[in-house]
This record gives sequence, structure tokens and C-alpha cells, in this order.
Amino acid sequence: MLNGKAHKFGDSISTDHIIPGRYAHLRSNLPELAKHVLEDADPNFVKKVKPGDFVVGGNNFGLGSSREHAPLVMKMAGVSAVLAKSAARIFFRNAINLGLPVLICDTDKIKNGDELEIDLTAGTVKDKTNGQTLTFGKIPGVMLKILNEGGLIAYVKKHGDIKV
Amino acid sequence: MGKTLAEKILSEKSGTNAKAGDIVIAKVDLAFVQDTTGPLTVRQFQSSGMGKLANAKRTVLFIDHAAPSPNANLSNDHITLRDFARQTGCILSDAGDGVCHQIVQEAYARPGDVIVGADSHTVTAGGLGAFATGMGSSDVAVAMGLGKNWFRVPESFKVAVDGDFQKGVGAKDLILHLIGKIGADGATYKSLEFTGSTIKKMSMSGRFTIANMAVEAGAKAGIFASDATTRKFLQEEGRGKDYKTLEADADAVYEKTITIDAAKLEPTVSKPHTVDNTSTAKALKGTKLNQVVIGTCTNGRLEDLAVAVSILKGKKAAKNIRLIIVPASRKIMLQAIDKGYIKALVEAGAMILPVGCGPCMGLHQGALGDGEVCLSTSNRNFHGRMGNPKSFIYLCSPATAAASALKGEIVDPREVM
Ligand code: SF4
Repeated sequence: MLNGKAHKFGDSISTDHIIPGRYAHLRSNLPELAKHVLEDADPNFVKKVKPGDFVVGGNNFGLGSSREHAPLVMKMAGVSAVLAKSAARIFFRNAINLGLPVLICDTDKIKNGDELEIDLTAGTVKDKTNGQTLTFGKIPGVMLKILNEGGLIAYVKKHGDIKV
Repeated sequence: MGKTLAEKILSEKSGTNAKAGDIVIAKVDLAFVQDTTGPLTVRQFQSSGMGKLANAKRTVLFIDHAAPSPNANLSNDHITLRDFARQTGCILSDAGDGVCHQIVQEAYARPGDVIVGADSHTVTAGGLGAFATGMGSSDVAVAMGLGKNWFRVPESFKVAVDGDFQKGVGAKDLILHLIGKIGADGATYKSLEFTGSTIKKMSMSGRFTIANMAVEAGAKAGIFASDATTRKFLQEEGRGKDYKTLEADADAVYEKTITIDAAKLEPTVSKPHTVDNTSTAKALKGTKLNQVVIGTCTNGRLEDLAVAVSILKGKKAAKNIRLIIVPASRKIMLQAIDKGYIKALVEAGAMILPVGCGPCMGLHQGALGDGEVCLSTSNRNFHGRMGNPKSFIYLCSPATAAASALKGEIVDPREVM
């Protein structure tokens, strides 16, 4: 069970919003890089986010580059899951590879600051602020295995191979 | 039932009868990273316990995004990549060689290959019939170590383009138009397959421009059948033996067919801050510019520079415009020097940057100031992309960029042609 506050963003949050190219020189200094997460979408996000909180987006969350640093710094900033109406392919796969769940559901019903409780096994998001419960789309089997083993590198380390 | 290009390639490389929706393990023919995603890939690879590269001669590390490096942190990242290449025997394409996607098409990609790169524009190699897709650092590390990875076989959209372009209109206008029409998420997870008489006649340079931007509609791949044009391209690159004919089956199943009449297209521009926010160049007339960029993995090829020269030669770019030209690779730079393009462009007021990504990602060389407006032939105009969230980026073809550089504002290139 994951519990935290919703930080709401709009449609088309790109990887350039999440971690702008101008900070590429910090990519091998992750604690510094994480200070800029989502800066171009909300300059105060880093100050507001608490461990366990959720980033809630609209359509096409994470579009743009393949930089895995985008989900990585979100995770480092304490984000425990991303919720969106839809997510860009590379971002979705990268996040799961790092053990950060991306849950596809109707986020219009969630408001900024709502307290959420997520049950990954049951596939539900309970909005404790408005009392509604949403269900999210199933994560494909192979990705669920990777997520459950703590990410792709941990998976490969354990099995020495990749299977579907 | 017949197969799409994506299904054909993934069937062959997975040894299964792959259909859209299947999850397969496929052999990877080429795995690469660049200098902003590579250091993380190296760290992920090292912590994975895989130990050795599956195929060092088909693993390439590119130093192109910050080349030459603008600061010590990035210089140290470059050292990480050079050290890893030395230790593992993989190939290093160092600063000064060119943009990864350009070098991949010049030197590595083959029709029918599966290619993964830690860069979203890896799709560019689809221009010559490869199934090429961008992945993150962890996935590419796994492909480097195991020589394979898992793929969901995508559903395909057929994009059928017929008719002749009007003067001043070309491949870039076509792909911007398509993205405007279907949206930045219009093809998420899908493979775009480009066919039709316009495509058959199109140069490889145009095909690469289109494939490059497939990802801007969310697509996993943008693939072209290989044909006589592909064969000629590979021969000219000294790789004639890499050619193989690849076509979708006549009875392949597509989720959707999108038809485009090339004759009706106009010079097209994407407005800030999304690629699907398109307009005709004409409708934006009068939009004042501070900077014009011609280059990048989208439009930094010889053919693109030739278009710019045809418009700018013997003339002068408008005052107060910074005109930046970035050839995509060393080879293109040399050809442009031989043909006199560089001289003509410098005389017209241009700055020539070292080959590589140039200002595209806001790392160095041409970052924008507050409120500034840039017109660029690159592929992304996201908020903050060129180094400043308070600036504005418009995307267009080399013809529109060159014509607009003359006028200092966005114009329809046909006004000056
Ligand atoms: S030119 Fe731009 S889009 Fe192309 S690889 Fe470089 S940064 Fe990426």
C-alpha cells in the first residue's frame, strides 16, 4: 500500500520539464540533479514534495527523450508512483525498469493536494480527500516481474538473463 | 496473414511468428549510447553483474551532445565513456565525429536490423529499413550485455503519401504536418510505416528526416521499406553488402491507414511549446526571430545544407539574427567544405559549429536568452529545450529556416525562391 499526497500537473509533461537538458552536466551527480526535478513545470516542486508522494499528470506524461534520469530523479526526490491518463512509451518502460510504478487512470478526478492510497495488487487508487476509488490499467506481465524484483538491473543480476 | 515491417523484423530476430501485441525476446544487432545517457548506462552495466559485452564491435559510445565539452563535469562524463571503451573493446565515436543517429546510418544500420539506442531519436535508422527504437540506460545496458532484450511487437499505422511536393516543400513539412494531424501522442507505442509514390521517390536524406521525428508522434519506430534508393545509399557509404530488400506483405494488417496528398502540403512550422502545435509558415509571417538554427540529427545532412545555400548564397542574413549551422557529421562537414557550402554560408553571416548536436538540447552553443525566439530545423520545441524556459522555439524545414534568416522573421520560403 502506498500513501501520499498528489502533486498535480497538466498534459504533455516532457522529460525536458522533468530534468532540463541544461542540467546535463549534473547527470553524474544525482543528488544535485534531483534538486531540479520538474523545475520547468513547477519551480517549487522540490520544496513541496514529501517522501511517498505522487506525481499526477494528464495525457502523454514523460514524452520526449530517453533520459532515464527523468524517472530516476523523481524517485530520488521521494516520488513513489506516477499517475497519468497516458504515458509516453520510453518513460513508462524506464520508470518500471527503475522500480517506479506508472499507473494509467483517469486523473481528471484527482485534485492537487488530495491524499491518495494506492493498492498495487488490487489495482486501485483511493482518493481519501474526495472518497472516490479509481482503478488503473494492468501493467504487462513482463514489466510486473521487473517491477517486483526491484527493477531491470536487479532482475538481470538475479537471473543472469531476461525471459518473457 | 501477412506481416508489417515491424512484425517481419521482430519475427526474424526473435525466431518466432511475431504478431502485433506479442512480447518477444529479440536479438539486438546494434546497441549505442551518447554522452548524456552513456555514463548512467555504464554504471547500470557495471552493477548488473553481466561482466562482458555480448558484441563489442556492435556496441558504440558516442560523444556528440556536448562536443567539445563546455565544462568539467561533462568532460569527466566523457572520460567515463572513453575508459569504458578501452576496457571493453567497444567502439568510441568521439567528439568531432558527429551526431549518433547520423553516424549510425552512415556506418552501422542495415535493413532488417534491430537497433536500440539510449536516445529517443534512434528511430532515425528506420529510414533504411531497420527496426530502431530508443530506450533508457538500463534497457540499453541489458542489450549490450546480453545481445538481446524484450520487445512488445507494435501495431502499425500505414502512412500512405502520394503526389508531388510543391516547390519549397519537402520531407520536414510532411512529418510536421503528420504530427500536427495525429498529435504528439497520436502514435504512442505504434510503428509508423511510410509508403506511397512520394516516399518511393524520396531521397534517403528525406526518409531519415521523417523517421527521425516518428517519436514526436509517440511512435516506437518509423520504418521505410528498403529499395533501390536504400541500396544506392549503402553502396555510396561503401556498405553495399549490407543491403537486403525488405517490404511489408501485401496483406499485412494495419491498425490504421493515414493518407496524405503531398501536393497539398505547405511549408509547415511547429509553434512553441509542442511539436504538434503546427501552422503554415505563411500564417506566422512577421514572427520576429533572434536565432535561426540549421542542423541536428533531423536536418543536418548535405541535402539540407544545399537547400540553405541555394537560398542564402550571395545574400546576407538579416541583422540581429544569429544564424547557426551545424553539419551532422565529419563526413558532411568535409563534403560541405568541398562543395563551397561552408564558404557561402559564412559569407551570408552564418556561424558554423562543430559537428554534433549544437544548441538542440540547450547544453551549450546557442542557448537562448529570456524572451528570445528561435527558428530551428531540429525536432523538439519543448519548453526549456534550448536552455531557457523563458524562450520560444519554432521548428521548420531548412528552406523555411534559410528564407526566414534572410528576412529576420518567419516567412514562407517560396517568397524568396
Ligand atoms: S541533435 Fe538534438 S535531437 Fe538529435 S540527438 Fe542531438 S540533442 Fe538529440
